[in-house]
Amino acid sequence: MRRLLAARAAQAVVVVAVVATVVFALIHLAPGDPFGAALESGRVSPEVRAEWRARYGLDRPLAEQYVRWIGSVARGDLGWSFSRNRPVAGALASALPNTLVLMGTALLLSIALGIAAAVLQAARRGSLVDRGSSALLLVFYSMPEFWLGLMLLLAFAYELPIFPVSGVVDPVMHEYMGTWGRFVDRVRHLALPALTLTLLLSAAIARHQRAALLDVARADFTRTARAKGLSPRAVLLRHALRNSLGTTITLLGLMFPALLGGAVIVETVFAWPGMGSLATSAIAQRDYPLVSATAIVGAVMTVAGSVIADVLGATADPRLRDA
Amino acid sequence: MTPDPLLDVQNLRTTFSTDAGPARAVDGVSFTVGRGETVGLVGESGCGKSVTALSILRLIDGAGRIEKDSHILLEGRDLLSLPEREMRDVRGNRVAMIWQEPLSALNPVMSVGDQIAEVARVHAHASRAEAHAKAVEMLRLVGIADPEQRANEYPHQLSGGMRQRVVIAMALVMSPALLIADEPTTALDVTIQAQILELLAEVQKRMGMSILLITHDLGVVAETASRVVVMYAGEVVEEAPVRELFADAHHPYTEGLMRAMPRVGGTETRLATIPGAVPAPTDWPHGCRFRERCPYAWELCEREHPPLYQIGAGHVSRCHLAIEPERRAHPHVPIAAATGAGAGE
Repeated sequence: MRRLLAARAAQAVVVVAVVATVVFALIHLAPGDPFGAALESGRVSPEVRAEWRARYGLDRPLAEQYVRWIGSVARGDLGWSFSRNRPVAGALASALPNTLVLMGTALLLSIALGIAAAVLQAARRGSLVDRGSSALLLVFYSMPEFWLGLMLLLAFAYELPIFPVSGVVDPVMHEYMGTWGRFVDRVRHLALPALTLTLLLSAAIARHQRAALLDVARADFTRTARAKGLSPRAVLLRHALRNSLGTTITLLGLMFPALLGGAVIVETVFAWPGMGSLATSAIAQRDYPLVSATAIVGAVMTVAGSVIADVLGATADPRLRDA
Repeated sequence: MTPDPLLDVQNLRTTFSTDAGPARAVDGVSFTVGRGETVGLVGESGCGKSVTALSILRLIDGAGRIEKDSHILLEGRDLLSLPEREMRDVRGNRVAMIWQEPLSALNPVMSVGDQIAEVARVHAHASRAEAHAKAVEMLRLVGIADPEQRANEYPHQLSGGMRQRVVIAMALVMSPALLIADEPTTALDVTIQAQILELLAEVQKRMGMSILLITHDLGVVAETASRVVVMYAGEVVEEAPVRELFADAHHPYTEGLMRAMPRVGGTETRLATIPGAVPAPTDWPHGCRFRERCPYAWELCEREHPPLYQIGAGHVSRCHLAIEPERRAHPHVPIAAATGAGAGE
């Protein structure tokens, strides 16, 4: 296990470095620069713009810019965000917790929901419950996240105004609420974006988990369990479920980048001030250091996700511990 | 054959629905197992012996079902008429099973101790600690060294022989009246096979249970069973005390099995084989089901399905040779060998 973790950490450094380099190259190859918008507005003369570019080193050859940037990143300095006019690290620090809350909530809910649905379906295989819920989940599975988000907004924020439309907290009233009131405010704001991600993710989990359960149900050891006199319920929960969890854990590790991508879109729909919103606005404004930093954070999260999946997988299956 | 058998299987018929129509995998099988007795159930793959075993525990599922007029009496009680809940009290408790592949029969993500303890938890309603103690005790009983340590290990950490000992330990927790062993040594090394058979004989002596030993290996039967039931194509074709069967096999199929057995000090350089293969259970041939592979078959065998003829005391055979024994002196080339049809096994 320790060897596995060390290998994965080394791998992670390489992956993050490669991602950082590629993103740096891509964003610099894209037309425009951080001051393009300001220049085109006519308020800034080309001379001033040239001076700004010189001040931030943007007039240097790309290779030199890259070396200076990657050097400072390696030292832990992510640079200065042009668009936010604050250190990149500060911008990340205020956005990252929001994204982690959103993704963490969606992840936990969808694992619970997905596995519960799969167990129910596998236990009543071929029944109306199985087929009905499978069909319903397939509908969610095939929906684009922005559309599902908009539909939920339409239903539960507009037609039935139960939940707020956007943001993390109420922009005005949050300051005046007590501890409990603030918590409820946060949960109400979290509800719709988390639900959007949960529905999409739990559909995927349920589909794979159901298949894995039915696979395991044919295994010899489930027959052994029945021959021991166990009830179908005990066979399913104690023997089949744990053996089939590996599939879902691997799947989640693989789906983590997609979840991150989904979160970006969902954050945009719900004006959720997280990494997604940060990245989209940074790209639009050619905020080079901020774009690169969000990409690095994304890469770190992806690698961390797969390492966590490996560790969980080894916890669930003792055969992987000795590997 | 005992007046009050432990297990009395009467006219067991288990059918699977397949794309090619109903497959009569077990087709009217009757036999008994006495108390404390070891009965060998012998036949080649596909003859229905494993389905018979699973039927006794009512573990046939999916496409298979046991027909209504079948009876499986255990201690006088018909298992086939029990509600599922009561059947669960029988499984692992009164009737336990050990399997051919110990690695796949064990749950890979559960410690072997927990898997053994589970039986005591379910049937004896033992506490966690009692059940664990029982598991360690069972591991010791089946001859596993350092049982406290081994109880916490997982199946993949044990050797093949040790895994089969674990499976046996799991089956013996409740001291079952009947132990069904489905090819318990087939997946093991020859040296380990002997150890496992010895272990079974030893625990039988100690606990006094009956054993239904399912195997394709007559050698295993010769060492352990007192009586042998030979199955072919879903039917019992011969049944006899083990000595009599080896001395005086009646059915040509049993004869063939004997000849296919390697013998120490034998002079033949090649083992004999039975030409052809077991026919498909969706399409048992008319008349005698062994006819096409039989060196004695004549027109009666095609016309009439042979009944079980009484050959001697406790010896029956499903072969028309019982009424025309002189034909045994004139064997011919079986149809299956002549046409080459179905050859391969």
